[in-house]
Amino acid sequence: MGLPLMMERSSNNNNNVVELSRVAVSDTHGEDSPYFAGWKAYDENPYDESHNPSGVIQMGLAENQVSFDLLESYLEKKNPEGSMWGSKGAPGFRENALFQDYHGLKTFRQAMASFMEQIRGGKARFDPDRIVLTAGATAANELLTFILADPNDALLVPTPYYPGFDRDLRWRTGVRIVPIHCDSSNHFQITPEALESAYQTARDANIRVRGVLITNPSNPLGATVQKKVLENLLDFCVRKNIHLVADEIYSGSVFHASEFTSVAEIVEIIDDVTVKERVHIVYSLSKDLGLPGFRVGTIYSYNDNVVRTARRMSSFTLVSSQTQHMLAAMLSDEEFTEKYIRINRERLRRRYETIVEGLKKAGIECLKGNAGLFCWMNLGFLLDKKTKEGELELWDVILKELKLNISPGTSCHCSEFGWFRVCFANMSEKTLEIALTRIHEFMDRRKRF
Amino acid sequence: MFLLASPTTSHSIPTKTLIQDLSLSFSLSPHYSSLRPKSLDFKKKMKQLSTKVTSNGHGQDSSYFLGWEEYEKNPYDEIKNPNGMIQMGLAENQLCFDLIESWLAKNPDAASLKRNGQSIFRELALFQDYHGMPEFKKAMAEFMEEIRGNRVTFDPKKIVLAAGSTSANETLMFCLAEPGDAFLLPTPYYPGFDRDLKWRTGAEIVPIHCSSSNGFQITESALQQAYQQAQKLDLKVKGVLVTNPSNPLGTALTRRELNLLVDFITSKNIHLISDEIYSGTMFGFEQFISVMDVLKDKKLENTDVSKRVHVVYSLSKDLGLPGFRVGAIYSNDEMIVSAATKMSSFGLVSSQTQYLLSALLSDKKFTSQYLEENQKRLKSRQKRLVSGLESAGITCLRSNAGLFCWVDMRHLLDTNTFEAELDLWKKIVYNVKLNISPGSSCHCTEPGWFRVCFANMSEDTLDLALKRLKTFVESTDCGRMISRSSHERLKSLRKKTVSNWVFRVSWSDRVPDER
Repeated sequence: MGLPLMMERSSNNNNNVVELSRVAVSDTHGEDSPYFAGWKAYDENPYDESHNPSGVIQMGLAENQVSFDLLESYLEKKNPEGSMWGSKGAPGFRENALFQDYHGLKTFRQAMASFMEQIRGGKARFDPDRIVLTAGATAANELLTFILADPNDALLVPTPYYPGFDRDLRWRTGVRIVPIHCDSSNHFQITPEALESAYQTARDANIRVRGVLITNPSNPLGATVQKKVLENLLDFCVRKNIHLVADEIYSGSVFHASEFTSVAEIVEIIDDVTVKERVHIVYSLSKDLGLPGFRVGTIYSYNDNVVRTARRMSSFTLVSSQTQHMLAAMLSDEEFTEKYIRINRERLRRRYETIVEGLKKAGIECLKGNAGLFCWMNLGFLLDKKTKEGELELWDVILKELKLNISPGTSCHCSEFGWFRVCFANMSEKTLEIALTRIHEFMDRRKRF
Repeated sequence: MFLLASPTTSHSIPTKTLIQDLSLSFSLSPHYSSLRPKSLDFKKKMKQLSTKVTSNGHGQDSSYFLGWEEYEKNPYDEIKNPNGMIQMGLAENQLCFDLIESWLAKNPDAASLKRNGQSIFRELALFQDYHGMPEFKKAMAEFMEEIRGNRVTFDPKKIVLAAGSTSANETLMFCLAEPGDAFLLPTPYYPGFDRDLKWRTGAEIVPIHCSSSNGFQITESALQQAYQQAQKLDLKVKGVLVTNPSNPLGTALTRRELNLLVDFITSKNIHLISDEIYSGTMFGFEQFISVMDVLKDKKLENTDVSKRVHVVYSLSKDLGLPGFRVGAIYSNDEMIVSAATKMSSFGLVSSQTQYLLSALLSDKKFTSQYLEENQKRLKSRQKRLVSGLESAGITCLRSNAGLFCWVDMRHLLDTNTFEAELDLWKKIVYNVKLNISPGSSCHCTEPGWFRVCFANMSEDTLDLALKRLKTFVESTDCGRMISRSSHERLKSLRKKTVSNWVFRVSWSDRVPDER
């Protein structure tokens, strides 16, 4: 996907229709991408174990459904009466209903800070007063973009990246994305050459680069960014005098805690304020806790101006006080969160191993991953032509014949063709087995030819 | 570079806490404010961030917000801080929580993520569909219909949910306007609009000047003048935005005004946004007339014009739930519904909250009892405020809706200037310890008007506030005049009140035999 459509404002209003804004009519929301088309096919024919066993299995949705039982049993235990605001539902209700302070509930911010610290094994400290709450990471990323860049400026984003960024970072902000090309020769890690090249591309087009935005652990790769790479990135941003945004939404989904380095750990040991002030972290409870419906996101910034402005801007996207209230208690319970984080990691690891082993038996390799709710599968060897069309043809076959909705690499702007993101945490183990069986059978059929 | 209609007024203010360089200028667009002088170090730091940070488009330098900050430092508490500042600048509805609380006690499932005693935690936790929960949108549509006496219908499919009307208004702006465009707004208007409509969208607001000479009603000539002013400023007018009932006036638009507005947008081929966030707070003996009523009465449903009329709503005022962030856009234009729906990704309503409120609003017994009781209590509160003010020699614009009164303190000004209004405001904030909102923060063109809220405190606190105000007024020259010739004064006040009332009735088309 190239630069956003710049439509000419028609001075000649022939049909006398008052125009909507350019933003409203553009397709920068990105919803025409195959990423979303596959969802449609699923909606029309969704798999169900009993009612529709030959339906489409949704493997394109990065949801975490493996640890709900832990959350449910916690809420049941702490709240047997089932009332949200204390006994008989009454006390505390009105204060909560009135609370619209964009600073956010202090107890909730403290709980978020402590939860983020736990995920990082205490290797970094988070100050609750630097936490700005937003309705999901979708809002957090857009908000940060509004703050760090002006229309027609650019953010550098390593490919492959989450398709939603095309909308979140560009649509209403008017900011551009310039890709930092990564490929399989080094497991898609960001190289200094790729960084320089992306920066130069922007400069050659007379575009002002305002920052680099990475997702760590990466979506769609399902792998953590190496510490060395993070350090290089920060150096690069200092040299170019730009920002570094780290979307760490999957930080709690790393299978082995020791393999994750948060950018916060690197900043922790830096004294130079001019370096710290360019680093911003995005987090959310949608993936680690599996609560996308509750809309809880956050921006953590080491820059006072950014914190202050982000807070004010969060007026457009506050977290429901009802939700803040419910989750504050749960996330402050360190005994519970420690247990949750540990068990969640373990279950995700097992799921990952199941799918990778299953794919291997079918002759399919994946990128070596260590985090996230998906694996990055390589079907390049199945392509007739190593082109975007070839990849989409294969994707269509998988959708129509195997009835599996997976995400094609081109929708993630991958520059190599044949890669697919396959989610494994949004279904039961049984459904995962069925999906793997369908893949085996498909590969068997192909072998016969 | 765009400058708004009225000249900037800057005031020299004696140093006192925060309001060092309080400027009552209209909010400037980012391009202009970047020319203001700043310290070198500050400038260097700020250069790294977007112009949205350096502009004051967030609007927080306004006295509207500064008053709040002063209140935060010294808040009144009946027991712990009886001399503290009483918050009368916050348009909250705290009068009917008991009704909601007792409903919650009788319906525990709704708030505990259960349906028929079974946990639906998982289902709610995963629900992030930007189309919103169908049961919730249906309940919202029906609630909006009920508020309008079931005279008009709302199709749930045309509702787009947002995180509060703050988000709804901004999203609509993103859909309808961009840099170089303007929306016309009648003054005085809600100070938050400067941020909500302009900050990130880059759109401009051009005021439609309304004055006390006719009870601040919108006139044809004011509309035309505003339109021409926008053109002079090289701005393309994309529409008109009104709040109905009005904040800060506390009055519902008359049928005449609504007809005027619909005719105007028809002839100019532009949009009309009607923010009806206070529609459920109408307590006057008149019925609330929505722009949707007018479209129906003029037989404009399913026409091109109806596609350009959009309604914004929220549960923050009628139900008193600002913390839950529930707003909505209603539009007959498919393209707008589609674009706004996608944009709502940036401000979805928590599924937990959608679930609770769909249960609450689907209970028709509750909603009809609530609306009736809410109306009664608001009416009684308003009366209390109005008579309390009257005994201090102060009149208000006659109001029939809202959570506040538009109070006339022109007679207490030293001079008929905004400087004098600011001086008076400071006295009331710091000496009388009442946070009220000065008319200039609402872009009123006449000095001396203040918005005073009455629904966000207990009756006792309201009485105390009125007592303090009365004491203050009596201590001023004007006040002494009052006590000396109170009889004469009250007579003239009563005349003033009647003439205000007479104005509104004579302009209003609302006579008993009309719908």
